[in-house]
Amino acid sequence: MKKHLTYLATTALLASPVLAQDLTVTSFGGAYGAAQMEHMIEPYMKESGTNVLFEDYGGGVAEMKAQVEAGNILWDVVDIEVIDLERACAEGYLEVIDQSVLPEGDDGTAAADDFIEDALANECGVGNIVWSVVFAVNTENGEGPKTIEDFFDTEAFPGKRGLRKRPQVNMEWALLADGVAPEEVYEVLATEEGQAQAFAKLDTIKDEITWYDSWSQAPVLLNDGGATMVQSANGRIFAAIKDDGAPFEIVWDSHIYDLDVWAIMKGTEKKEEAMEFIKFATGTVPLSGMQDVAYGPTRASAQALLPEEVKQDLPTAHLDEGVKADGIFWADYGESLGEKFNEWLLQ
Amino acid sequence: MSSLTSEDAANARRQLRRRRTQAFLFVVPLLVFILFAFVAPITTMLFRSVYNPTVAELVPETLTMLEDWSGEELPGDATITRFAIDMKRMANDRTSGRLADEINRALPGMSSVVKSTARGLRRADDAELAANGAEMLLAENDRWAKPATWRAIRSAGQAYTSSYYLTAVDLEYDAEGEIIMRDTQIYKQLYTKTLKMALIITGLTMLLGYPLAFYMSQASPATANFLMVFVLLPFWTSLLVRTTAWIALLQAGGVVNSTLIWAGLINEPIELLYNEFSTILAMTHILLPFMVLPLYAVMRGIDASFMRAAISMGSNPIGAWYKIYLPMSLPGLSAGALLVFIISVGYYITPALVGGTDGQMISNIIAFHMQVSNNWELAAALGSLLLILILVLYWLFDRFVGTDNLKLG
Repeated sequence: MKKHLTYLATTALLASPVLAQDLTVTSFGGAYGAAQMEHMIEPYMKESGTNVLFEDYGGGVAEMKAQVEAGNILWDVVDIEVIDLERACAEGYLEVIDQSVLPEGDDGTAAADDFIEDALANECGVGNIVWSVVFAVNTENGEGPKTIEDFFDTEAFPGKRGLRKRPQVNMEWALLADGVAPEEVYEVLATEEGQAQAFAKLDTIKDEITWYDSWSQAPVLLNDGGATMVQSANGRIFAAIKDDGAPFEIVWDSHIYDLDVWAIMKGTEKKEEAMEFIKFATGTVPLSGMQDVAYGPTRASAQALLPEEVKQDLPTAHLDEGVKADGIFWADYGESLGEKFNEWLLQ
Repeated sequence: MSSLTSEDAANARRQLRRRRTQAFLFVVPLLVFILFAFVAPITTMLFRSVYNPTVAELVPETLTMLEDWSGEELPGDATITRFAIDMKRMANDRTSGRLADEINRALPGMSSVVKSTARGLRRADDAELAANGAEMLLAENDRWAKPATWRAIRSAGQAYTSSYYLTAVDLEYDAEGEIIMRDTQIYKQLYTKTLKMALIITGLTMLLGYPLAFYMSQASPATANFLMVFVLLPFWTSLLVRTTAWIALLQAGGVVNSTLIWAGLINEPIELLYNEFSTILAMTHILLPFMVLPLYAVMRGIDASFMRAAISMGSNPIGAWYKIYLPMSLPGLSAGALLVFIISVGYYITPALVGGTDGQMISNIIAFHMQVSNNWELAAALGSLLLILILVLYWLFDRFVGTDNLKLG
């Protein structure tokens, strides 16, 4: 961040007359934001001479809704989870992106073939990374759970389970642990009985759950003994293992993976510049840099640049063990299940 | 007795008027500020809780045509065709998502139906749509063939509605327009829980704050100032820092648990964090200065000789405190209690951070509807109810304690 500020300050002083206008880009911060700063934002500023203001936000659609409703657009480009993208796009908070202008990969593959299937599925976004919700165990506690059934087995694996306080992922895991086939999870969850089944399964571990609110709390819980196994974004656990040498192990069984995409705020005056940025940021080399925080690039040509030993740490190497998060399902049932989930918590 | 001449009277009136204008000018900045930062947002919130024109603006003709519909069977072909034409238009202006969001609220699962239907009809031919719209719409998804879907559209189409307030007290309209209990019972529980926790916290701050303020008011100025620093220091520390400090203290491997384990009092960490206990503990700590400061200010003004006089006339110390000191310190106590209670009813950040499941309060659900579900109307209704609740409690307080018994210093 500091480097970024100094860079901004010096470029502003030296080159302000020739600089194009500022571009405001928002993302999730943390180690992920730092990696984006290093591989996407800084190279782009150098190459284009555009000043990029890089801000953090916490996800969700609320701030976009507020900006568009008030007609006061503060952001230009946003990094958004697909689960929110579906909604933000359909409600008119995002510009439609012309995906035909995306540059080909460094190996010459056309963009349409180079991006993985889901990366260009929504007309408002261009795929950025594949990330995943996994569970992780602290290996200091001996043999830990290996499957999602183990995670729900409090007899064989006693101890607290750290889960993020929201229905997403938890409902899916409950059904998977209860024997529902991965491809049927969302179909079952759309029915009253399926929801009851998921809550009943969650009931069996309810007393053993420690709830947390933000991803950053997951490695902390695992580290200080607040939980013996936690749900987490895979990058957070990866960073704890790699940077702090934490004795954690990621379990890929039944992980729920999803994409993050770049999108453009509806009504921004800098649509052209925003598009230029996205074209750059979703290029082969910048995308391959996301391996630093263990998130998989959405381009095949970027995958090819990764060293073999890194690939195993990325969600993209474990897609067959996981379930793709269903953004459409959560747009349909997010609110009603959110209320039911809160009611269940209060019981 | 001399009377004023008319000229003197006019002069006096002019002076009085000038002083009044001056006084008013001093207050103007505050009034303007209050208008923009307080009155306007609250009015908007109250308005938003009953007024949601989204659907009414998106499909006005369909709604007019639905007015005469019985609600039992499918609406007529003309109505459905009209809606199909509206759908194509919304697909092209990309407003179908907003309709989807609103209808989904009445009937979960409809969001994707509306959006996929809109996508399907986006490229439909206008003439064909006008002729066969109903058929084309029904072919897109079988949910359109269910009367419940159209009832959901009709009820979402009311620009002015009390349904958000009904939801906020766990009620809803059924198909016949009768008010019934909702399947999910959550908000009444949360209000009760919020009030209960606010009362406990107010009681605890009284219990801790009263003796402390009493001691400070009796102690030498040096001691009092010294103690005051301990009250104010946390007051000046950032809320987030104080809350996260509690996390560091209470967590499984935290200071308290490790000390207890080291001392051999327990074998494995006890659960101190992410529950009602930690929420009450942290909030009591954070809100304590709001109790101590008004109490101390009032107690300093109480002459110690009253108590001495009561005791010298034969009262025991407790009786003297109850009959003499308590009534005199009551203005500070009630001011402190009112402050702590009202602040804790609307508290958000501490329950969110250390509350876990038990520590949830109504503000956390309001935030959920603002940030996650985007149901701003329901958030406004919940917020307005909270405001009304506080006003009612204030009115009760005024009836039984009296606002003239309030003193902050």
